[in-house]
Amino acid sequence: MLILQCPCCGVMADETELAAGGEAHLKRFGPGSSDDDFESYLFNRVNPKGVHFERWRHAYGCGKWFHAARCTATLEVFGTYSAQVTEPPQEIRDKISARRPGWRWREFG
Amino acid sequence: MSTRLTGFGRLIDRSKPLRFTFDGKWMRGHPGDTLASALLANDQMLVGRSFKYHRPRGIVASGAEEPNALVNLGKGGRFEPNQRATTTELFEGLRAESQNRWPSLDFDIGSVNTYLARFLPAGFYYKMFIHPRPFWKHVYEPFIRQSAGLGRAPKDRDGDTYEHFHTHADVLVIGGGVAGLQAAKAAADTGARVFVLEQTAHWGGRAPVDARDEDRIAGQGAADWVAATVAELEAMPNVTLRLRCMGAGVYDHGYVLAYERLRDHAPDATGPRHRLWRIRAKQIISATGAIERPLSFAGNDIPGVMLASAVRDYVVNYAVSPGDRTVIATNNDDAYLTAIVLKKAGLDVPRIVDARAQGGGALMEAAKALGIRVDTGRAIAKVKGGKRVTKVQICAQAGEGGVLDEIACDAVAMSGGWSPVVHLWSHCGGKLFWDDAQAMFRPDAAHPPTGADGQGFVTCAGAASGALDMAHVLEDAHAAGLAAGKAAGGKAKRTKAPETTARADAPIEPVWLMPQGAKVELRTKTWLDFQNDVKVSDVQLAAQEGFESVEHAKRYTTLGMATDQGKLSNINGLAILSDALGQPIPQTGTTTFRPPYTPISMGAIGGEARGVVFQPIRRTPIHGWHEAHGADWEPVGQWRRPYAFPRKGESVHDAVMREVKNTREALGLLDASTLGKLIVKGPDAGKFLDMLYTNMMSTLPVGKCRYGLMCTENGFLTDDGVVARIDEDTFLCHTTTGGADRIHAHMEEWLQTEWWDWKVYVANVTEQFAQVAVVGPNARKVLEKLGGMDVRAEALPFMAWADGRIGDFDARVYRISFSGELSYEIAVRASQGLAFWEALMEAGAEFGAMPYGTEALHIMRAEKGFIMIGDETDGTVIPQDLGLDWAISKKKADYIGKRGQERAHMTDPGRWKLVGLETVDGSVLPDGAYAVGEGLNANGQRVTIGRVTSTYFSPTLGRGIAMGLVKHGPDRMGEVIDFPGTDGKTYRAKIVDPVFHDKEGAKQNV
Repeated sequence: MLILQCPCCGVMADETELAAGGEAHLKRFGPGSSDDDFESYLFNRVNPKGVHFERWRHAYGCGKWFHAARCTATLEVFGTYSAQVTEPPQEIRDKISARRPGWRWREFG
Repeated sequence: MSTRLTGFGRLIDRSKPLRFTFDGKWMRGHPGDTLASALLANDQMLVGRSFKYHRPRGIVASGAEEPNALVNLGKGGRFEPNQRATTTELFEGLRAESQNRWPSLDFDIGSVNTYLARFLPAGFYYKMFIHPRPFWKHVYEPFIRQSAGLGRAPKDRDGDTYEHFHTHADVLVIGGGVAGLQAAKAAADTGARVFVLEQTAHWGGRAPVDARDEDRIAGQGAADWVAATVAELEAMPNVTLRLRCMGAGVYDHGYVLAYERLRDHAPDATGPRHRLWRIRAKQIISATGAIERPLSFAGNDIPGVMLASAVRDYVVNYAVSPGDRTVIATNNDDAYLTAIVLKKAGLDVPRIVDARAQGGGALMEAAKALGIRVDTGRAIAKVKGGKRVTKVQICAQAGEGGVLDEIACDAVAMSGGWSPVVHLWSHCGGKLFWDDAQAMFRPDAAHPPTGADGQGFVTCAGAASGALDMAHVLEDAHAAGLAAGKAAGGKAKRTKAPETTARADAPIEPVWLMPQGAKVELRTKTWLDFQNDVKVSDVQLAAQEGFESVEHAKRYTTLGMATDQGKLSNINGLAILSDALGQPIPQTGTTTFRPPYTPISMGAIGGEARGVVFQPIRRTPIHGWHEAHGADWEPVGQWRRPYAFPRKGESVHDAVMREVKNTREALGLLDASTLGKLIVKGPDAGKFLDMLYTNMMSTLPVGKCRYGLMCTENGFLTDDGVVARIDEDTFLCHTTTGGADRIHAHMEEWLQTEWWDWKVYVANVTEQFAQVAVVGPNARKVLEKLGGMDVRAEALPFMAWADGRIGDFDARVYRISFSGELSYEIAVRASQGLAFWEALMEAGAEFGAMPYGTEALHIMRAEKGFIMIGDETDGTVIPQDLGLDWAISKKKADYIGKRGQERAHMTDPGRWKLVGLETVDGSVLPDGAYAVGEGLNANGQRVTIGRVTSTYFSPTLGRGIAMGLVKHGPDRMGEVIDFPGTDGKTYRAKIVDPVFHDKEGAKQNV
C-alpha cells in the first residue's frame, strides 16, 4: 500500500485515502479532432515499467487532485505536485534525473 | 508406535491433563501440547487422506509448514476446516475431525484412486475429461467436485468476534527466535521503536531444541539466553513483544499485515478471537528462520516418515516419540542431532543413512560414539508400509535402487537440508540467489524490496538470510538490527553480537532424488507435494510435455498449490524440474511468493466490519416514519428507500397497484430526499454546466427548471436530472439517488484538472435538504390548504420553481413531474423533513393522501416513457439511442461526450433504439429478455435484435407495458417481434411509442 504526500494539504496519505486517476498530462481532444487523436486521448496509455506520471485524488482527505511521479518497478516516489499543470515541473524532472539518468516518458525526459 | 516419553517435554505441563476428541474418540494431552503432539502421544499417526489418491497421511512436520495434518475444528458457529494440527494449541474439550475421507479415516473408499494413479497423471483434468464436451459439465465435474476438496465449508454464522489494530513502528522484527531477539535488541539499543512478532506461543525458535549440551550463547545455555533476552526486551519502553502473532504479508512502502491469534488456545476467554495488525514500519527485519526439506524417496508419504527436525521437536518440546525404531536419512549434519536426541530418550535408532560418501563431521562422530550405525553413500530405496511405516530398504545413493539391506522400523526421520523462509522478503519484490555451497535460495541483499525513497526496507536476519550455524545467526542478526535501527532514525551504537560455541559441520550435498538414478517404479511412488499428491514422475512428465516454465509446471501439476503453498515441496520440485530440463536450478527460478504466509481467517480480514457496520445505511429524515408505516425496503446506493407501503393483509404487488392508482386519481407522497443535490456556483457556472450537460444550461432563466443529460467522454449516458437556476451565478443540479457522490466527483475532476481557471465551486447539499414529491390531481389542494405561497399555475407554472412558505415551513418548490401528474417537489431543511411530511399526510387525508414507494414511481415513469439511468442505460447507451435528441444541443461547439458520439459506431443507423413494447396478450414481458430475428449467428444461436430494458404491469392501462432497445425500432412501429423467455415460452410484443399514458402531457401541465 503506497504512501503519497498530498501537495494540497500536506498529509502523508495511505493509498486507502486516495483514488487512482490513471495516466497524467493527457491532452483533451474534443469535437473536430481526428479519430486517431481522439482514440489516443481516450484509450492509449504508455503503462511503463519504470518512471511514470499519474493522477491521484485525495478522495478521503481534502478531496483535491494531484500528480505523482514514481517508479512502477521499485515503487520509489520522486515527488507529488499540483494537478494544475500540463507537464511535470522542472524540479520534479531534476529529481528523477538524479535517480534515473537518461529517463524518458512520452515526450518528456 | 508413537507415545509419551517420561523424560524431556520442556513445553508441556504434565501435572495437568486435558481431554479432547479426534473423530469422536476421547484422548488425553497436556497444557503446552499442540494438537499434533497430543495426537502422536495417543499413537494417532494417521491424521488424514491426500487430495487426489486418498492415500493415508501422517504428521510430517511440527510447525506452519505441515502439509498433511489438516483437521476440521470445533462445531456450530466455531466450526473451521483445514486447521493445521501442528499450530493448533491443545485446550480442554477440543474437537477435531479428520478430512477428505469417507466413510472413515481407516477405511476410505476414495483410496481406490491410488490404484488408478496410472490414469491420473499431471494434467489429467485436461486430458481425460475433454470429450465428449457436454460430459464435463454434467458428469465429470460434479463427480470430481464431490470426491475432491479438503474440509467442509462452515454452515453457521461465525460465533466469534475479530478486530483490527493499526500501528506504526520504526523497526518491525518478524520472528522471535534467537535471530529475531538479537536483532530486536540491537535495534532497540539504538533508541528505535521496535515491534517483535512471533507466530508460536514461545520465544526462542529452534535454538532450545537444536543446541547441544555444550553449546553456549554469551556463556548461557540457549534456553536461558532466550529467557534473559526476552526479559531485557520486555523491560525496554520502546519495545513491544507479541506472541501468537504471525507476519502474514509485506506490502508496498513498509506496510505489513500481522495475524494475532488471541483466543484459539483459550476459546472460552472473552474478547476477540483474532486481531489483524495493520502496521507501517520504516524498517522490517525478517527473522523467519528456515524450513527443513523432505527427501525424495519412494514411499516418503507413508505415515511415520517425518522431517528430522520435527522428530526432535516432538521429543524435546513435548516428550513424544514418533516411533520406537527410527531410521534417519540425511544429506547434511543436522539430522544427526535427531539421532542423538532419540538415543538419549532411550529410543532405538537402527541406522543413519547418509547420502554423502564422506558422511558428516563432529555430529556424526558424536552419534557413532552413542553406538549408532552410520551408513554413508547410502540411500533409502523404498519405505514399506500402509497406514504406518513397517520397514525401509537401503540402497546405494549412486545407483538405481538395488536393495542392499532391509531394516524393520516404525518411523523415518529425513532431512534434505534447509530452505530459508524468504516469503516475507519476496512478497514485495526482494530478489533471491542460489547458494550452491549451502544448496538453498537466499535473499540477495543487493536487491531488497524498495520503499518510497528508493532504498531497501526489508533485511533478513539469521537462518532466513541463509546463516545456519549459531555464530553466524547471531552476528548476522545483530548487524541487521543495528542497521535497521539506524536507518529508522536511531543512534548508531558500537555493540557486539554475543559469543557462541562453534559447530564444525561437514558440508551438505544436494540430494534431489534418492537414489539418484531411481527407476520409474520408484519415481511414481516418490512424493514431492504431500497435500496435492504431486510426485517426481508428475513433474518430469510436465517437463517432457513442454511445461518448462516453473510457473506453468506448477499449475499443470498443482505442485505447491495446496493450502501449505508448497512450503515443503517447492524447492524439491523445481530441482526435479531443472534436472529434467537439463539446466541449473537458478535458471529455473522459483514461483512467486504471495501473501499471506499461512492462511489467515476471513473473520480477521473482515475485523469489526460485519453485520450492521459492514456498510452503514444512509437514512433520510423521514426514514423512521417509513419504518413505522410498514415500508418494504429496497436498497438504492447506500440508502434504503421504501419499495412500497403494504397494508395489513395486502401483498406487496397489490400495494404497488394501489399506490399508482391513488397517485393518478387522488394524491401520492414520495420521499425524494435521496435525490442528489449539487450547488454549482460562480461566474463560470453556466459555461461549466454547458460542458457537463448535453443541452444548454447557460440560457436557463432564473426561476426555471430544465431536464439535463450527462455523458462520459466516451459519449455514454451516465446521469440525468433537473437543473434549477437559483440566481445568475448559482445552479442547483439534481442527480440520481445513486449518482450524487459520483457526479460530484466528476464535476470536481473536470474543475480541478482541466478547467482549473474557471471560476466555479461545487457543493454537495444532498443531505442538507429533505425533499417530498406531492403528486396527483389533488396536489395543489393540499398545498393550498396548508397555506402560504401562491402555487397556482399562473404564479408557479410547469418547470418553474419558487422559494416561499408552505404552512409553517420554509420551502423551495419545484414544479417538475416524473409521473406525468400535477406534481410539486418541495425541499425543506433536513431538520424539518419529518414534520413537513407529517403535516402533508395530515392535511392530505381528506384528499386521499397516501405514501408511495419506488416501484410505483418506476411504473408511473414507464407509463410516461421516461427513462431511468441503470434500466434504459447500462454504460453502452448514448442519448441518441433513447430518442433524446431534443435534449442535445446542436448549437454548442463542445460538451463532454460530444466527440465520442460522433464516432462511426455511435452514428450507425443500425444501433438499437428505444421503443415501447406491448405484449399481444397483455401479459408482462420478462425483464432483460432478448428479441430474436431471422437467421443464426456464428455460434449457431438465433440473431438478437433487441432487448427489454424496463417491464411492468400497468394498473393504469390494465396490461403489461415495457420499454426496450430494438434495431431500427422507431421505424418498425406496429411490428410484432418474438422474445423467447428462459421459461421455454415465447413472448410476442408489438413495437409502439414509448409514451403509453397522456401523450400530450395535459395532466402535468395544469
